[in-house]
Amino acid sequence: MARREAIVDIMDKIDDEIVVCNIGFPSRELYDIDDRDKNFYMIGSMGLASSIGFGLALARPDNDVVVIDGDGSLLMNMGSLVTVFANNPRNLTWIVIDNGAYGSTGNQDTYAQVIDLCEIAKSVGFKNSFKFEEIDLSEVIKSDDASFIVYDTEPGNSKAPIIDLDPPTIKNRFMDSINS
Amino acid sequence: MDSSEAIYNGLKDAGIDFIVSVPCANLSKLLDMIDEDNDITHIPVTREEEGIGICAGAYLGGKKTAILMQNSGLGNSINALKSLMELYEFPLIMIMSHRGTEGENICGQVPMGESTPRILEAMDFRFFKPGNPEAAYEAIFDSWDLSIEEGKPVSILLEISYW
Repeated sequence: MARREAIVDIMDKIDDEIVVCNIGFPSRELYDIDDRDKNFYMIGSMGLASSIGFGLALARPDNDVVVIDGDGSLLMNMGSLVTVFANNPRNLTWIVIDNGAYGSTGNQDTYAQVIDLCEIAKSVGFKNSFKFEEIDLSEVIKSDDASFIVYDTEPGNSKAPIIDLDPPTIKNRFMDSINS
Repeated sequence: MDSSEAIYNGLKDAGIDFIVSVPCANLSKLLDMIDEDNDITHIPVTREEEGIGICAGAYLGGKKTAILMQNSGLGNSINALKSLMELYEFPLIMIMSHRGTEGENICGQVPMGESTPRILEAMDFRFFKPGNPEAAYEAIFDSWDLSIEEGKPVSILLEISYW
């Protein structure tokens, strides 16, 4: 299975949570599968999904925030593991779909193939560092600590269309929905 | 008002309540003032680009945001400033200790310091270079509304002579 099925699995467990989604095909696939006002789609700035989700989690302690990230993007912003752990926002759940590839640019290999992201998160200090298949996502979202989850998949992109919302519209629609 | 108080007061009166930082020696007193303020969330970050992403998220959640950093951090953040902040029209105040300016004694600061204003010009971002605390207060106080109007970050460059 590839990323699209992983996103379907994740969204099956999502109720009214805020979702921040990684740049490129992940956002396109999420938009195609389950477009909602509470989805923030990244169109630029690879690597920053977890940082955007972290800022949201701090600003909105009463909302649960789920980040859908990728292995290549995580490798671009490894410092975020440290910052998130040190601040431990209990309402942040950071899911990395690990397909071992830069999917949106042609499935070039990432170094995530030769490391274990869950073990890295554990070594940083995350008490909640899990493989997706081991847990019930709904329960982990409600836990008392920030959580880091790896969902292993094969590489591959679906035929999801380009998102036809302009970025300010994505932002304004999102802000209207979480502030209403 | 001393140099740090002017910045702090400008940020407070502009309503800034969420700040990320990477330190500079010149920002030490200001960072202490912000840490002591319970109405401001202050998050030290590992790299400035990460801080830009955190500010975007905090603004989505209703916060008014600023980043404190050296001008070297501008170089570490350029893509996020363009393809996140400008792309989505996020406001942000960027308070930069502008190293490599007159009086700099570390040669490593000079190349980036000399290019910093021209980089901001090339990015088509507004910036101010206040020379004294009163001017800094005014520039910072006005920057949040200006940033919303522009749909882009607004920068305050504080040269070595300012401090």
